[in-house]
Amino acid sequence: MKEFKPLIIGFTCNWCTYAGADLAGTSRVQYPPSIRLIRVMCSGRVSPEFILEAFKNGADGVLIGGCHPGDCHYLRGNYMALRRFLLLRRLLREMGIEPERLRLEWISAAEGGRFAEIVKEFTEQIRKLGPSPLKSGALRRL
Amino acid sequence: MAQGTNHEDSPRIGVYICHCGLNIAGVIDCEKVAEAFKDYPGVVVSKDYRYMCSDPGQELIKEDIRKYNLNRVVVAACSPRMHEPTFRKCIAEAGLNPYLFEMANIREMCSWCHTHQREAANEKAIDMVRMAVEKARRLQPLETIEVPVTPKAMVIGGGVAGIQAALDLADMGFKVYMVEKSPTIGGKMALLDKTFPTLDCSICILGPKMVDVARHPNIELLSYSEVTSVDGFIGNFKVKVLKKPRYVKEEECNACGACTEVCPVEVPNEWDMGLGVRKAIYRPFPQAVPSVFLIDKDSCIECESCVEACREQGRDAIDFNMKPEEVELDVGAIIVATGFDLYDPTKAREYGYGRYPNVITNLEFERLVNAAGPTGGVVLRPSDGRPPRRVAFIQCVGSRNVSAREYCSRICCMATLKHAHQLKEKSPSTEVVVFYMDLRSFGKGYEEFYRRVQEEGVRFIRGRVSKVLENPDTHNLVVRCEDTLSGEIVEMEFDMVVLAAGLTPPSDAEHLQKALKISRSPDGFFLEAHPKLRPVETHVPGIYLCGTAQGPKDIPDTVAQASAAAAQASIPLSAGKVVVEPITAQVNEELCGGCRICESICAYGAIAVVETERGAKARVHEAICQGCGACSGACPSGAITMKHFTDTQILAQIRALTVGRW
Ligand SMILES: Cc1cc2nc3c(=O)[nH]c(=O)nc-3n(C[C@H](O)[C@H](O)[C@H](O)COP(=O)(O)OP(=O)(O)OC[C@H]3O[C@@H](n4cnc5c(N)ncnc54)[C@H](O)[C@@H]3O)c2cc1C
Ligand code: FES
Repeated sequence: MKEFKPLIIGFTCNWCTYAGADLAGTSRVQYPPSIRLIRVMCSGRVSPEFILEAFKNGADGVLIGGCHPGDCHYLRGNYMALRRFLLLRRLLREMGIEPERLRLEWISAAEGGRFAEIVKEFTEQIRKLGPSPLKSGALRRL
Repeated sequence: MAQGTNHEDSPRIGVYICHCGLNIAGVIDCEKVAEAFKDYPGVVVSKDYRYMCSDPGQELIKEDIRKYNLNRVVVAACSPRMHEPTFRKCIAEAGLNPYLFEMANIREMCSWCHTHQREAANEKAIDMVRMAVEKARRLQPLETIEVPVTPKAMVIGGGVAGIQAALDLADMGFKVYMVEKSPTIGGKMALLDKTFPTLDCSICILGPKMVDVARHPNIELLSYSEVTSVDGFIGNFKVKVLKKPRYVKEEECNACGACTEVCPVEVPNEWDMGLGVRKAIYRPFPQAVPSVFLIDKDSCIECESCVEACREQGRDAIDFNMKPEEVELDVGAIIVATGFDLYDPTKAREYGYGRYPNVITNLEFERLVNAAGPTGGVVLRPSDGRPPRRVAFIQCVGSRNVSAREYCSRICCMATLKHAHQLKEKSPSTEVVVFYMDLRSFGKGYEEFYRRVQEEGVRFIRGRVSKVLENPDTHNLVVRCEDTLSGEIVEMEFDMVVLAAGLTPPSDAEHLQKALKISRSPDGFFLEAHPKLRPVETHVPGIYLCGTAQGPKDIPDTVAQASAAAAQASIPLSAGKVVVEPITAQVNEELCGGCRICESICAYGAIAVVETERGAKARVHEAICQGCGACSGACPSGAITMKHFTDTQILAQIRALTVGRW
């Protein structure tokens, strides 16, 4: 059997989490190469559609990264991300995807180390869950 | 322009993989990555090069744009937060719209964080470039928006940093509002006696600058005031400032002091670190600016003796009914100069601060040696008012300690050397011992000063003090420490112990951080945009930092940084206009059902649903839209999207990672 290499797609806001991930790099903090980031201006930009699309196409995990509560560059985009996240977790369960595959984390521009820690931990968790059930193609046409 | 036709259906993409010397190429096989895109749909050229951002690197791109008629460019290199502006400019010089550019961050987010996993890093780099290419294919040209700049600045904090920055900007001809939360400007420097290493009298060099602030025709000083909220963006900030009531009318008070003389209330004076007393109506110190008294309502008994005394002087400056007042100010740039707080050594319980009266902080020592301080400049110990014969200094209190503050506070070594010298100067027979871990005397003239103090007979013992004990009868103190050079445990008795307490961010820094939406580093000080190349800018355009608000530093560094911040802030102010990113929301009226979700979600009120011939439709006010995309994240019909971060582009990035993978 082929070794399971988890694929995590991360939607990160430009001002906090993307900058935090940049800092992890600048500080040469090492973390698993499982994650690919898509930069958006604010976590509030992340439509449910993006997350569903990611899962539909077989992503093993999705991370939404935003600024800490109260720190959103656009006042309250992260609260909207939180609301959608809670709804989506429920929806994922209905779809037969473990809700733990979707994560929302507040990571500031100064938290490079924390970004790396979270990726490490999330990757481990996904590894334990195994490949996404949608990967088989069974639900691909969802 | 031949390449002006930027149609999605006819993309001609150039892909460039940067080695960044060995920063990327040391881990990632750049040639192989470039190779992977040679035959990729829509890609016309794919190359790798040692330094894409260098002049020849940029020339290479420009040449290719002309030669191959490229209409999209992808550079895989460092973070877009670093060089996106560089490459946008580069392709614009070759005639392309600058927004037809996309970057893949294969340095910060690949080679630097997966250094020892070359194969996986290569795979990831290819993925990242594929995502960028798929986004690039769908990019649309955008026109930048130019907005006018209000040619005024705000400086928050009136310590030496804020003073320098405000004076520089005012001298350049810009109107400056200085907001200071305490009743006077001056900050900590106004409390110091002498300044290392030259031993200039602190208030003698600062006082005239404080007066200049008050008198400068371009500076409006809002003392005893605090920023409550900040809206807007570079060039166009709206700042609300709350002016706390002094209960003394600024324009009426001529600082004669008659009120203070008659005031019957005495409370500890915070400007003397509580070592002396002040009245309920007071002025922090004689050189205070503005030179206006104020009433501390918490201790005032409202006997109104001051009102009478003021009237006897032919004035009527006191007003017990004064109310807080909020003003809204328009500014183009903001400089944050809110300084530091001294570390609270009661947290370091082993030193007994707060329990033993003769254990004091370095800032308290400054007040004791200061002629304007509570003892008139004679160092006397608090318990009995006698001059100490034996004084110990303990270094790094609250600094360089992972369980308190990990960083070095940078000024405490020199401040202690200065204090040791001052003791020796006043009374050469005083025994002075400094307990230290390392002595850091790195500035100009600092090492020379250290040598001088050594020669004056000050003793230095290397080791971290484990405990300070008090003899309750004499209030003398015993310092216990392992001398790490001799390996012996030393126990010595002193009359007074001075703690070299470190610098911490002001306790209310979080409030300002949230209002300004800037970041702080893990140490709690405000975070600069780049530690080397953009040390006085923040991530928010138009907001700048200087002085100890950004991190511990001494006065020379503070003043240099303040002038740098003023110079940076003057760039948009003097340009008179700034270019803002045209990344705003866009409505597809065909799809919009006028449900008003976007309208209710927009934090800026930039969307309004209007009645049109074809029913209710959302309309975006582009000048107000900040480009967060919350509306498009919420739109149930996919009718609102964000320019440059469109649904189509983001979905394509997702598919670039997954389609054909399994
Ligand atoms: C004991 C001691 C001795 C020292 N001796 C020397 C020396 O000899 N030589 C030397 O070079 N350096 C010395 N220093 C360092 C020096 O004090 C600092 O470098 C300098 O004061 C930094 O100036 P600043 O303007 O950044 O901060 P501050 O002096 O702290 O000024 C900040 C100002 O901002 C105001 N403020 C804070 N928050 C807000 C807010 N939210 N809104 C509005 N206003 C706000 C504060 O009230 C204050 O007025 C010493 C420091 C200490 C503690
Ligand atoms: S900008 Fe970071 S969550 Fe809104």
